[in-house]
Amino acid sequence: MPLTPEEVEHVALLGRLELTAQEREVFTRQLSAILDYFQQLRELDTTGVPPTSHVIPLQNVFREDESGKSLSQEETLANAPEQQQGCFQVPRVIE
Amino acid sequence: MRPAVELNELTAHELHDLLASGQTSCREITQAVLARVEAVEPLVHAYVRMTPEIALRQADEIDSRLARGEHLSPLAGIPLALKDVMCTKGLPTTCCSRILENFIPPYDATVVRRCYQQGIVLVGKTNMDEFAMGSSTENSAFGPTRNPWDLERVPGGSSGGSAAAIAANEAIVALGTDTGGSIRQPAALCGIVGLKPTYGRVSRQGLVAFASSLDQIGPITKDVTDCALFLNVICGHDPQDSTSVDLPVPDFTLVLGQEIRGMKIGLLKEFLEYEGTRVPAEVEEPIRAALRVFENLGAIVEETSLPSLRYCIPTYYLIAPAEASSNLARYDGVQYGFRAPGEDIVEMYRKTRDKGFGAEVKRRIMLGTYALSAGYYDAYYQKAQQVRTLMVRDFSRAFQHFDVLVGPTSPTPAFRLGEKTEDPLSMYLSDVCTIPINLAGLPAMSLPCGFSDGLPVGLQMVGRPLEEETLLRAAYAFEQSTDFHLRRSLPARSNATALVRSSRQRGNK
Repeated sequence: MPLTPEEVEHVALLGRLELTAQEREVFTRQLSAILDYFQQLRELDTTGVPPTSHVIPLQNVFREDESGKSLSQEETLANAPEQQQGCFQVPRVIE
Repeated sequence: MRPAVELNELTAHELHDLLASGQTSCREITQAVLARVEAVEPLVHAYVRMTPEIALRQADEIDSRLARGEHLSPLAGIPLALKDVMCTKGLPTTCCSRILENFIPPYDATVVRRCYQQGIVLVGKTNMDEFAMGSSTENSAFGPTRNPWDLERVPGGSSGGSAAAIAANEAIVALGTDTGGSIRQPAALCGIVGLKPTYGRVSRQGLVAFASSLDQIGPITKDVTDCALFLNVICGHDPQDSTSVDLPVPDFTLVLGQEIRGMKIGLLKEFLEYEGTRVPAEVEEPIRAALRVFENLGAIVEETSLPSLRYCIPTYYLIAPAEASSNLARYDGVQYGFRAPGEDIVEMYRKTRDKGFGAEVKRRIMLGTYALSAGYYDAYYQKAQQVRTLMVRDFSRAFQHFDVLVGPTSPTPAFRLGEKTEDPLSMYLSDVCTIPINLAGLPAMSLPCGFSDGLPVGLQMVGRPLEEETLLRAAYAFEQSTDFHLRRSLPARSNATALVRSSRQRGNK
């Protein structure tokens, strides 16, 4: 089940990756081979088998709704690539 | 008086005895480790950052506590190599990725806090495959680590730096993380002890997430006693990790020395053969020899088969990348980490992630995004989760009869640098013996059980959920009957030039 370069480009956009033409070519080939190998799962009948997303049968874990210690604004922004007036700064989002 | 250069070759429990009896100081131990690092790091590259100031300050604190006559906990004053995926307050934590190259966490991971509370000394942070994705440490943005047993070979991965640091005596204990074998496989390839605890035993708070339903932190040590001592430090409930198990933690050292007569050990056929290819005799023979040791100790060994395990590679390589693609969505150049400029926000995201991530991380984001995308979810992700259920069931059926399941940790000894980097699938296949254990959330450990042409071979033992003690009991009994754990790789007073020469000769062979 080979992937097309167009599908690879679409998945790259979904994953917010930018691929060079060469990366697109390599990933098309490699991901096709990997997905092709994964087809063997189809031979296994899993009708009625529940999915496991987590191995521990933990359900919701609750605690009292009390406010705790948080990071200060300064600490929170310390790693920000760009900041302005105490906020994270990003390129314009709204026209 | 021991020459300082030898202290770094000892185990934590040996050093504790020397400290407690006043035969050495924590400063001497730390200096011995730092001197060793200086001598062999140009060859091994186990670390991405050294922390000598922190280490010596912590060491002096322990020494002054000793001078006041305080009783020290077993790992107080013991030098630690920490995989660079666990957050350290005020110290860069990079996951060996360009995207986190300058990230300085505002807090310590819970495990790091627990180590500090016990007086463990941080000597540095170790190299790894970027975001723990890989089996050779070649995916590090900062260059590969080399196997101390043969510098032309990989140390395994993704915790290759931590494993190499222990094997080369560049630290006394190390922490790694294991999402699909990343503690056990490098421990096997480096001839030391590594244990992945049951999922939920150790808090993941402050561990940079790769695949949250699989990730687990665990110890990498020179012997089984140190492994048990280190588990005592890191295990336990943490309210800040909702998946951490709220159950009492035993003293893991109490089972060391207990006999294993009557213990039922199952040799997993799926670990000896995958898709018709048998593991090479150089791996199978040491495993068979190890089983004879267990039989001589009174254990009962039988072969067994868990049919669903033959689907472990596609199952894991759908689930782990799916979780990773979701976890790594946070690296968007906004709140922390690297940012590349862009005209609009989507372009900024894409350029940031293109320049910030290496090839394997991108490949897994692509794979995971595809498996989770509309139209493919049922065929891939949902299907993989169903097969995961079958594996959990297979294991629990086997554990009705067996106390421990065993096999090789890795289908081959350490492979050569560059051998598998061009073919991602061949790299994925090297995880065939370790990934089923993460999918089922079980505890498992690797311990040295032999050598093949000078390269270590690891025996993997898998236990029931929360039964790390059974593994430790069996491993200790094995260790007491063998001497593989006493063999060391690089010579003690290594001469860098001679080592490089000898490794070149090996390479030309």
